[in-house]
Amino acid sequence: MTVFTTIQSTLGGSMKSSFGLRALGIIMAFLPTMATAEWNLNFTPSVTLLGEEIHAIHNLVMWIIVGISIVVFGAMFWSILKHRKSVGHKASNFHENTTIEIIWTVIPVVILIAMAFPATRLLLATRDSSASDMTIKATGYQWRWGYEYLDEGLKFYSTLATPRDQIDGGAEKEETYLLEVDNKVVVPVGKKVRILTTSNDVIHAWSVPGLAVKQDAIPGFIRDIAFKAETIGTYRGQCYELCGKEHGFMPIVVEVVSEEDYQTWMQAKLAESGAPSFDPDKEYAVAELVAAGEQVYNANCIACHQEGGLGMPPTFPAIKGGKIATGSMEGHLDIILNGSDKNPMMAAWGPILSDYDIAAVIAYQRNEINSSGDIIQPSEISAARAD
Amino acid sequence: MEAVHDHSHDHHVPTGIMRYVTTTNHKDIGSMYLWFSFAMFLVGGVMALVIRAELFQPGLQVVEPEFFNQMTTLHGLIMVFGAIMPAFVGFANWQIPMMIGAPDMAFPRMNNWSFWLLPPAGILLMGSLLAPGGAGGVGWTMYAPLTIQQGMGMDMMIFAIHILGMSSIMGSINIITTILNMRAPGMTMMKMPLFVWTWLITAYLLVASMPVLAGAVTMTLTDRHFGTHFFNAAGGGDPVLYQHIFWFFGHPEVYIIAIPAFGVISEVIPTFSRKPLFGYPSMVYATASIAILSFLVWAHHMYTVGMPVEAQLYYMFATMLIAIPTGVKVFNWVATMWKGSMSFETPMLFAQGFLFLFTIGGFTGLVLAVTPIDIQLHDTYYVVAHFHYVMVAGALFAAFAGVYYWLPKWIGKMYDERLGKIHFWLSLIFFNITFFVQHFLGLAGMPRRIPDYALQFADWNMVSSIGAFGFGLSQVFFLYILLKAIRSGEKAPEQPWDGATTLEWTHLPTPAPYHSFETPPDLRN
Repeated sequence: MTVFTTIQSTLGGSMKSSFGLRALGIIMAFLPTMATAEWNLNFTPSVTLLGEEIHAIHNLVMWIIVGISIVVFGAMFWSILKHRKSVGHKASNFHENTTIEIIWTVIPVVILIAMAFPATRLLLATRDSSASDMTIKATGYQWRWGYEYLDEGLKFYSTLATPRDQIDGGAEKEETYLLEVDNKVVVPVGKKVRILTTSNDVIHAWSVPGLAVKQDAIPGFIRDIAFKAETIGTYRGQCYELCGKEHGFMPIVVEVVSEEDYQTWMQAKLAESGAPSFDPDKEYAVAELVAAGEQVYNANCIACHQEGGLGMPPTFPAIKGGKIATGSMEGHLDIILNGSDKNPMMAAWGPILSDYDIAAVIAYQRNEINSSGDIIQPSEISAARAD
Repeated sequence: MEAVHDHSHDHHVPTGIMRYVTTTNHKDIGSMYLWFSFAMFLVGGVMALVIRAELFQPGLQVVEPEFFNQMTTLHGLIMVFGAIMPAFVGFANWQIPMMIGAPDMAFPRMNNWSFWLLPPAGILLMGSLLAPGGAGGVGWTMYAPLTIQQGMGMDMMIFAIHILGMSSIMGSINIITTILNMRAPGMTMMKMPLFVWTWLITAYLLVASMPVLAGAVTMTLTDRHFGTHFFNAAGGGDPVLYQHIFWFFGHPEVYIIAIPAFGVISEVIPTFSRKPLFGYPSMVYATASIAILSFLVWAHHMYTVGMPVEAQLYYMFATMLIAIPTGVKVFNWVATMWKGSMSFETPMLFAQGFLFLFTIGGFTGLVLAVTPIDIQLHDTYYVVAHFHYVMVAGALFAAFAGVYYWLPKWIGKMYDERLGKIHFWLSLIFFNITFFVQHFLGLAGMPRRIPDYALQFADWNMVSSIGAFGFGLSQVFFLYILLKAIRSGEKAPEQPWDGATTLEWTHLPTPAPYHSFETPPDLRN
């Protein structure tokens, strides 16, 4: 039960139903993953007022459907039971009736008009992103999200934090499996937050069901969406537009906190991003860079280039024994900083990784995966960026 | 009536494989279309099972994410272009000449070519898996700019679509010409069987929409290789332009699949209700309205791209309008059954399954028509559930109904009624286990096209996967039923269905002779 409650609090409280549990109890007994899961039947409860209205209009439409079903399926099953040859029913020969045809055209029109009014009002409200209190730009990358708090100038990247061995089945899956990131988006409660979306490569979609927002992130264009969370908590979403192989592995986590906590977080985050976590002028030793590089590699490169740099040729070339990672240092640095001209799958990592991270991952690739034996210092990378 | 019309007096008929390579006979070509589509249905089905096997449990167990994406892509393309569309063209080939009293299709040689374009296209689609980098892992919608990143498999898929498009357009021209020019004397347009009407309308949809798809994939091809920037914002293009073009094809495509299914159902329900179709003229007008509206609602597939809200309002209202003619059709079918004298042989069972489940697919369409709700459900499993109710319980069940209904006419033998009924109930039950629960997954927010998912989605995914394997096995059972009927089925009576009133039942022997209606029947009285 503790697992259930944790998931409920992290997802903003999900409805649990016992529907079907008994029927499938036998299957469940054999399958350990079942114990941590839920039999959701409806929307994730929303913590925005607009989200609640969307759920309300969905309920309205569902009741209309129930009503129509009773009439249509009622007539259908009545005639299946009563007007069958096996009970001796003789066929009538009627095949038209103008009155009833007009009636069953007009009634749906009336129902649709009745639906259209609240739907229109709600659509206009959900698309209103004016008078927002703050703006965050969300940029889709293959495969992570980059965030920029436009008023404060704070920038950071948000990457899947679920360890690889949980995905591959080597470790037990945590409750927030695939829905955990290294850097969460933090916003204050009760404030209208405007999210600008765009993309660095292909189309992604930024969506958090608990906040009832979804907006495509389109390369070369900026779109926007707004939400106002009424309740403090952590809300999780995902990318909703197929964006390549790791599409299922770029979650979104929004933490709604009090105004004070938000200010504290913002100050800490600004201080952290202002002061680099490494010394730009220091000469780092091979062992230190390789150790750090392994972390960078596992967080950023492993999805395509695979464990041990084996790659998945030809789209994702091997780093082990590869021309670039065993060739000249300039070429190696260039492809990491600027991406590949030949293979569009290789992104430019210059804007994403720090000088130290790039130095570290190069050291890891050249000394651990391969044995070229050379390294490059963060200061040289800084110089290369300036060129 | 005369026995099977022997064609051996025609000295130039090749035998063996060459009979089928060179045939211009609408019945041979119809059979080839049907067998081809069934083979593709099994291939696409195996791909669906790879998807469902991976989704059985959270975590990556069976395939890599890239291969998973290739499976979702090819499953969609193969099922839409290789299975469902050719299946209904097969019905059109067999049935339209026999139902309007024509000796064959208007352009028999082009008919041969329309079919023989399909196998190369199918080979290109499946062969793309073997290309370096594999097939495109882009989804059947092939959105730019993800398509730019793919390997050579993507080009093979684009060429396959070009070929399939040519085949469809030629087939459609043939169907339109046949229907407009080759009806027996006395068969006016408003006396045509509804199946013929639905195909006439569908053929116009194909001619109007397939070139648009060809344009979209050709622009993708030139963006990939020839330096154009149709869909690249950095070069002045727009990725969303692709989606507009694709869905201008894609929405009519939904009805290209659904409308011939409506036609089959409109033949089967009156036959087994022993009562004429209710509201024939309104059925024709409703079908035509659906076809016209289908060109005016395409952007309801794209509510999250950030269109102006005014455009979203227009698409919401236009989409809601489709509910009206669709409702009319459902009401007409129920009214046809009302006070009939119904019996429930396998074709009728599948028609009832169609009616019930397609209506549920229509209901979820009503939910999705409401834009604010659609945005929540966009690209979730709710949409997957919705369109499988329309495509599988709609089009596929109608195709099963059609096969069981016309099989005696085609081969002169009966299928095993008991096995047919078992096939129906297995399909019905496993279909719902597979897809009904996907509504819940979508409401809970599970995205489409992901190989792995959060733990909250685990239960329903497992149920869905169990259903999918059951559904797949049920279709292998269908193959057994077919082979059994062909090899050792009982001889079909001249009139197996006492309620059937269309020409192939009233004016032709069972099985239908190789050449039928060499002189047209006179229906002027």
